[in-house]
Amino acid sequence: MRCFTIALVLSAVLLSPATLADEFTRTDVDRWQGEFDSVAKKGRELWTSGAVGTNGVACAQCHPNAANTHPETYPKFQKQLGKVAQLFEMVNWCIRNPLQGAALPADDPKMTALVAYIHKERKGVPIDAGKH
Amino acid sequence: MTRLITRRSVIAAGAAAGTLTTLPISMVRLAFGGTREDFSFTYISDSHIQQIKGASFVRNWDMGLKRAVAEANLITPEADFVMFGGDLAQLGKKEELDHGAEMLSHVKGKLHSVMGEHDYYLDLGEYWSKLYGPQWYSFDHKGVHFVVLNSILTTDEWTFHRWPTAEQRMLEMAGLDNPNGSPFMVGEKQRAWLKDDLDKVSKDTPLIVFSHSPLQKIYKGWNFWTDDAEQVQALLQPFKTVNVIYGHVHQIQYNQIGNISFNAVMATAWPWPYPDTYAQAGAHVPVLTVPMNRADPFFERDATGWQMIDVNSGRITARYQLWDNGERVVGYDPKLGKPVDKKYQEAIVRKAPQLHY
Repeated sequence: MRCFTIALVLSAVLLSPATLADEFTRTDVDRWQGEFDSVAKKGRELWTSGAVGTNGVACAQCHPNAANTHPETYPKFQKQLGKVAQLFEMVNWCIRNPLQGAALPADDPKMTALVAYIHKERKGVPIDAGKH
Repeated sequence: MTRLITRRSVIAAGAAAGTLTTLPISMVRLAFGGTREDFSFTYISDSHIQQIKGASFVRNWDMGLKRAVAEANLITPEADFVMFGGDLAQLGKKEELDHGAEMLSHVKGKLHSVMGEHDYYLDLGEYWSKLYGPQWYSFDHKGVHFVVLNSILTTDEWTFHRWPTAEQRMLEMAGLDNPNGSPFMVGEKQRAWLKDDLDKVSKDTPLIVFSHSPLQKIYKGWNFWTDDAEQVQALLQPFKTVNVIYGHVHQIQYNQIGNISFNAVMATAWPWPYPDTYAQAGAHVPVLTVPMNRADPFFERDATGWQMIDVNSGRITARYQLWDNGERVVGYDPKLGKPVDKKYQEAIVRKAPQLHY
């Protein structure tokens, strides 16, 4: 009897897409995209304002539309750092040097925003980790 | 490897000038039979001197201009004059223009200057003009007619009616990828002046036009663009030998449109990516252009520099000094009728981008 009930429940789950456990709705999709876009937008503001440095230099001065940041190639060996580095480490290198600012922790919301913006501008470019 | 200016690098520069002349020298003699006096000039551009506050300026951009001036002064034989290609300042401030002008005042010989958008959109060129004079003019030098244009103008609506303050107008135009910016143009008034100026010049006289923006349409999204480029080109096409030299793009570009050869110059401040590396939009980098290697960000002068320009054939030969990438020489090939990379024009001998990483 118990087996039969489970089978019934299972078949109901399988037959009715609306009740699939990992189903998500248009509202969910919109919310996730909206959250990403708002963080990427904050990243664009930081990118163009120079707010992450101290000398007024902005990331966008050398990297219009985040071009030449090639996030799809990270992690990769960075000869000058002598190790395989992640994208945030390279962002921090730029913050410390051309922008004369203080490095951000990897999980700082500002770093997340910058990295989100970089990825948004490279959307559609295939991942090719380790490539220069 | 030392990156200081050493005696060795000065000798190397001299030796490079020697090798430069080995290629085009015979065609020069063929073209002019010794009737034209050889000369050259140096070209420094896009220093983007940026004030932090008070007497404090962004070190990196200062060092680029200082190095260019120092190296230009070390060239032997001495260049006939020095051109500055625009964007002396970053935000057009008096302090930035003064600081940049002070550094430029150390160049040996006569200095000519081109208006850049970063020098212009704060006070519409008023202070720059006090330092450097008219925004467009022409002059003759050893049989070549030179024209300097202000190609970064735009509509009255954008310039005079769109922005609440001059500072905001400057900031909007200063952002390369800012959609609130406006396409550059030479404008009707200046084109009328150009027509008038060129009417007095024989069509056989070699012509060299200096502009800040490219006078050709490469990528509108980053303003690698001049909106009335075709109309300006139409005024130049009747001349036998025409060269346009432009700054603004912070990278090596060259092209041939009809009778006009185009050469871009590098910046002393920072290099820009080529527009066609931007994933979200198409661009029209001239097909003739062999892109530079991607700059090494860990060497702050990489892919920045100056170029020595030799016009003894009536066409431009530009020798680009690339600190960490090996130098590039772009010159006009009379057989092909277009500028070519003297070392890099064949794909099989082309140095693949990023190989040195």
